[in-house]
Amino acid sequence: MVDIILKLKEKQLLGRSGSMFPVGEKWEVVRSIPSEKKYVVCNASEGEIDTFKDYYLLKNYPEVVIDGILIAMDTLGAQKGYIYLNKDYYQEFFPALKSVAGERIEIVEKKGGYIGGEETAVIEAIEGNPPEPRIKPPFPSEKGLWGCSTLVNNVETFYFVSKIKKDDYRESRFYSIGGDAPNRGVFEFPESITIKDLLEKTDNSPSFDYFLQVGGGACGEVMLENEINRKIDGLGSVIIYDREKTDINLLMKKWVDFLLVGNCDKCTPCREGLYRIMEMIEKGNYDEIEDMFYVMEETSLCPLGKVAVTPFKTLLKKIWK
Amino acid sequence: MEVIINGKRVETKEGEKILTVAERNGFYIPVLCFHSDLCAMASCRICVVAVNGKFVPSCSTEVRNGMEITTNSPALEKARKINLELLFSQHQEECDDCIWNLNCKMLDLAKEYGVEINRFWDRKSHYPVYHFGASLEYDSSKCIDCRNCIEICKKQGVEFLEIKGRGHLFEVVPSEKENRDCIYCGQCINHCPAGAFEAVGEFEGIEKPFAEKEKKVIFQVAPAVRSTIGEEFGLPYGSVSTGKLVSSLRELGVDKVFDVPVGADFTTIEESKELLERIEKNNLPMFTSCCPAWVKFVEFYYPEFIPNLTSVRSPHIILGGLIKEHFAKKEGFIKEELMVVSLMPCVAKKHEIEREELMIDGVRPVDYVMTTREVGRLLKKSGVDFGNIKEGEMDNPFGESSGSGVAYGTSGGVMQSAFYNISEKEAEFREVEEGVSVAEVEVKRKKIRLAVVHGLGNAKKVLEQLKKDPEKYHYIEVMACSGGCIGGGGQSVPTDEKIRKERKGGLCKATGEKKIRKAKDNQEVIAVYDDFLSSEEAISKICHTRYYKVGKSFVRKSEQKEKNGD
Repeated sequence: MVDIILKLKEKQLLGRSGSMFPVGEKWEVVRSIPSEKKYVVCNASEGEIDTFKDYYLLKNYPEVVIDGILIAMDTLGAQKGYIYLNKDYYQEFFPALKSVAGERIEIVEKKGGYIGGEETAVIEAIEGNPPEPRIKPPFPSEKGLWGCSTLVNNVETFYFVSKIKKDDYRESRFYSIGGDAPNRGVFEFPESITIKDLLEKTDNSPSFDYFLQVGGGACGEVMLENEINRKIDGLGSVIIYDREKTDINLLMKKWVDFLLVGNCDKCTPCREGLYRIMEMIEKGNYDEIEDMFYVMEETSLCPLGKVAVTPFKTLLKKIWK
Repeated sequence: MEVIINGKRVETKEGEKILTVAERNGFYIPVLCFHSDLCAMASCRICVVAVNGKFVPSCSTEVRNGMEITTNSPALEKARKINLELLFSQHQEECDDCIWNLNCKMLDLAKEYGVEINRFWDRKSHYPVYHFGASLEYDSSKCIDCRNCIEICKKQGVEFLEIKGRGHLFEVVPSEKENRDCIYCGQCINHCPAGAFEAVGEFEGIEKPFAEKEKKVIFQVAPAVRSTIGEEFGLPYGSVSTGKLVSSLRELGVDKVFDVPVGADFTTIEESKELLERIEKNNLPMFTSCCPAWVKFVEFYYPEFIPNLTSVRSPHIILGGLIKEHFAKKEGFIKEELMVVSLMPCVAKKHEIEREELMIDGVRPVDYVMTTREVGRLLKKSGVDFGNIKEGEMDNPFGESSGSGVAYGTSGGVMQSAFYNISEKEAEFREVEEGVSVAEVEVKRKKIRLAVVHGLGNAKKVLEQLKKDPEKYHYIEVMACSGGCIGGGGQSVPTDEKIRKERKGGLCKATGEKKIRKAKDNQEVIAVYDDFLSSEEAISKICHTRYYKVGKSFVRKSEQKEKNGD
């Protein structure tokens, strides 16, 4: 039997939550760390606005995803696995997943907002605590659920683990295309595809003046038409905005409301920084916003506060003049 | 293992936090929400340092071998400055009305980093004030969301303070759950860096005891105050200032100053009597009850253990009763004309004196409780030169206390006193788990297991153990606050483990200086028994009380405008 971890490394599979962390490396850490028990968690908390690739996989290929989870459990010696589903997905998929999952995998409903999907917040939630991020290190692979080494991977990552095991992997990934897209949906294409080609091949090249948000409808980066000759790093999500129809202030308000509700309010820069950004949006005055970006990016406790800056920063720079 | 801090190599151990290593080696890192009693919450983001160019909170980041750490740079200063401005934007300043008035970390940092404290408007200025019984107030417009209060409340096993959603944001609030209530330990006060918590009357009430001019004001001073009051005047931690305190109180116009340890000798005698009785009747375990926060904890959270609380009143209540019922008669005063004020390290004592069942023929033994901080403030306001004042002597109508009585101020003191009173030698304790020390002794040919517990969270553990094994301990002393009363919620701030140690050292010195060691050898106390406490009825009236199951108390909420009016 060929070692699956070797295969993951060979295929250079990267985490599909958007983190781009090398999957093989993460598995290696969990496998090599001495730990009384080990756990595997499938993170299906998909919480970014207008992003639905994991939804698509859970709906159409639950058995492939679960096969990936079981491969991880067997490879890493984990007795127990969890699927952590956001509330809507839990409603919709619980019966179907339960029938395939078997006894060894427990299905857990997501708690809290957007931050509830951050990997250490997921661990807190499964342990029964409020879904707030932990301080890293230690990483979940070192000390995760109940202090034991824990693998946390995204739905799509597990899907491709199963594919790689069956030698059925063609360096592809799933892209969800939403917003004002003419042909919304989830599409499988090579990892190397440019955004331009992706839009063309999916009949999504807009005929109107547009801009994009790439990497999620809350924390994704704003991109202009002249920037799309490149591949997507991070989360496979593209949102198309019709420039004429889109009220920039309203869009920023939507982001900031989502983030303020979705963050955990634990650390000063993310809690207060976002609050003041909200105020600035309401007043339409961005003179002091750079300072908010600075402390959020440099001093936030978890990745959320750091990436939450991206949409505002890129939109203000590229579109707000 | 070693790390490099600002270019200098320093030794570290695995698992240590950057802040610990830096402080040990003399590197300064500013901190705000960090408190050594608590797990680092890492919420304020002021203690950030740069590790390989990335900013991390030094309070919670573990060192790794070879780590290169920079504790200061223009970039770090900028981050700290902006984060401080954001913290100030949620903190309504009321500096004149704040327990941190003279040693506010937030203001110190503001000066250090050139912070514009009013850069943003105070977003919480309309947040309400919550009133917890007769003991505590929480002004949520000052809260900076660090959650230290929630952590300490959890550590105390109380979990009364919690996080609640408020629109976009969360806020710290008292729990609305029926099975959660404040037990008034006041540890939130000394763990809040923003001064959001204070005692009832902390500022506006300090002159109340002197308001009724026709009354004679009698102060009685708790043991634990003598080794802390000096801190209010900049004396080193652990300084014993009994004599200075007595003279200072007299300067305020106090008529008599009594010593609570004398009351403690009565508590000791009564409590050791009850212990012997309970041993004979096999009615164990027995719990101490001097700590009113612990009593409320049992009454609210563990009512099944109410019969285990000793019926003996706490020392200042006994002494208050003796002052009003005995001393007054002897001296020809009318008890209604006395204003008995207890100077306490504690805010729960403010609640204790309100307990109806302590009244003696319709009169409260104690009329008012002032904390160490409050008396410190009043002395400063009155211009008393504490540092240079000549040392005075207590008025001791019932004689001087034993050393045992003074020891009440620190964890273990009550237990040692009661046991020492009935035994030839002192019990030898060893710590078996955090905050729990035990000793095994022989009393009346029975093996008796003693336990001394401080910190309510630890007491909760012990109660859970007793539920499973009622024989685990036979006599248990509990003090709600870490270290006992020297770490009380009414004491000077700051408070931490190091400071508590110093205070304890001071108190031990004061204990050792007493001529009499055991309560039962205190002839003047015995004289009071002969003279006044000669019947069971008198003893029961002055020295004993009862407890009962209590429901959740009402938390009053007031809006900002009426805040200063009460």
